[in-house]
Amino acid sequence: MTGSIASPWTGSPAAAKAPRDRTLLLLLPAAAMLVLMFFVPMVLFFVRTFMEFQGSVAEFVTQARDLLFSRPYLTALATTNWIALTVTLAVLLVGYPIAYYLTTATGPSVSVVVLAIVLPYFTSIIVRTFSWMVLLGEHGLVNDTLRAIGVISEPLPLMYNRLGVLIGMSYVLLPYMVLTLYAAMRGIDTSLLRAAEGLGASGFYTFRRVYFPLSLHGVLSGALIVYILSIGYFITPALMGGQHDIMVAMLIDRELEVAVDWPSAALMSLSLLVVTLALYAIYYRVTDVRRLIGAR
Amino acid sequence: MRRWAAFLLRLYVTAACVCLLAPIFIVVILAFSGEGYLHFPPTSLSLQWFARFFGDLQWQHALLSSLVIGAIACLVSTTVGFFAAYAFLRAEFRGKKLLLSLMLTPIIVPSIITAIAMYYLAGRLGLIGNFLWLGLCHAVIAMPIVLLILLAALHAVDPNLERAALGLGGSRLHVFCRIVLPLALPGILSAALFAFLASFDELLISLFLAGVRAQTLPVRIWNSLNLQVEPTIAAVSAFLIGVTTLILAADGILRHRRGRRRQTAG
Repeated sequence: MTGSIASPWTGSPAAAKAPRDRTLLLLLPAAAMLVLMFFVPMVLFFVRTFMEFQGSVAEFVTQARDLLFSRPYLTALATTNWIALTVTLAVLLVGYPIAYYLTTATGPSVSVVVLAIVLPYFTSIIVRTFSWMVLLGEHGLVNDTLRAIGVISEPLPLMYNRLGVLIGMSYVLLPYMVLTLYAAMRGIDTSLLRAAEGLGASGFYTFRRVYFPLSLHGVLSGALIVYILSIGYFITPALMGGQHDIMVAMLIDRELEVAVDWPSAALMSLSLLVVTLALYAIYYRVTDVRRLIGAR
Repeated sequence: MRRWAAFLLRLYVTAACVCLLAPIFIVVILAFSGEGYLHFPPTSLSLQWFARFFGDLQWQHALLSSLVIGAIACLVSTTVGFFAAYAFLRAEFRGKKLLLSLMLTPIIVPSIITAIAMYYLAGRLGLIGNFLWLGLCHAVIAMPIVLLILLAALHAVDPNLERAALGLGGSRLHVFCRIVLPLALPGILSAALFAFLASFDELLISLFLAGVRAQTLPVRIWNSLNLQVEPTIAAVSAFLIGVTTLILAADGILRHRRGRRRQTAG
């Protein structure tokens, strides 16, 4: 399909065989697309924006420091981390039993549970957020039901506050956790559990001392991926949050849309990007990146 | 004691599934509401919101934009992603894992940053509102998904078949077209479906790059949610859920065929 051009990438004698060289060339289109349309725009955005700064390097550093230690940024940072941490924990607590069930159960009920995870997973985020807005609004289903059965007289504030953000984001991110945990749990050797029981351990003891430690790897991968996706979140908190729920991604958007302050937006983006990539590097170390979207 | 634990677990999972599916079902039911505003449960049913969705010129335009952009993204990302997946599985080279993880970064990088960077470049090049460009940008986001799906799917295609065909004197191109492509086809189709879906549902990049001309369905929903919630978006949402359901069903069928093929091969 390609001519017999020797690949410039492979100098090692092991890869010197001709067909292998050409197979490697098949990577080029994807690599070119990513570089030209993803990495270059990213670098260009940061470099050009910072180049436009009028003034000395010292001034730039001072301004950057002022921005990154400014009240709105620090508040957004704290909010972001708090929300990301809470969502990660919530999703872990809710998702662990579901993943456990999926690995142990058999029969048609498995398909139903898989569908309940996968259908929301592949539904547009904006649609999922909209559906929670319908449920949690002042005249939403939850408030109406509670009022109808007389539990409350005034509608509960379920949306346009922190609670709304947490519910909406947990809903969107739960599938990542369940699918990651499921992939890890499927790899657990069940004969170990039978051995523990054969030696007289109770069901709970076996779970606590054998199964749970063996699943920790999945817990770590799942928590990392959910945390990584949480800290950069924008759509759900922007629609369901209140005035006090400004996350970093929203602050970046605001700098652009409202203040039209490109350097500030670039600086915040850079800090968010660095943290995200650092966490991704940890993820890369602890788990198989091929499980990123839970593909089987 | 053990039976109790199993019962509680099943009860919990059932409740969780209801909570997971309820929001989706409620939106679908609302879409068929006969009332003039969003209220659940609706007292009467009608198709009025679908009629408004498909009858409104602006929504029609958004649907068309979404389809065109999705088709471009699907075509480009599936082609490019398939070649890459094939190279990852068949070629031996150092730093494979690292290169793969680099190619997956579009999933990891916060979409707001991706969107702004792409917006910056498109603004310079005067490509805001350009369908083809937006399709290509979506292809960047969809490609990692294609890659991951195909890495899993192509794993089952036996490299010995290719070696045998090559040994029998087939040219590389011939073997690729007659052996590799047909065997990989179900996987490729699955990947293409999810690539289309990734673009069809994408919001942030579209929000920045669409301008006025290339507004997609998610962008119009976003605008509506931010300004004034019109009940039509329940119908649009139900439509998007329908597309997702169809794609998942198609993937299920393809997966089934793939499994059968594996059985007959092994």
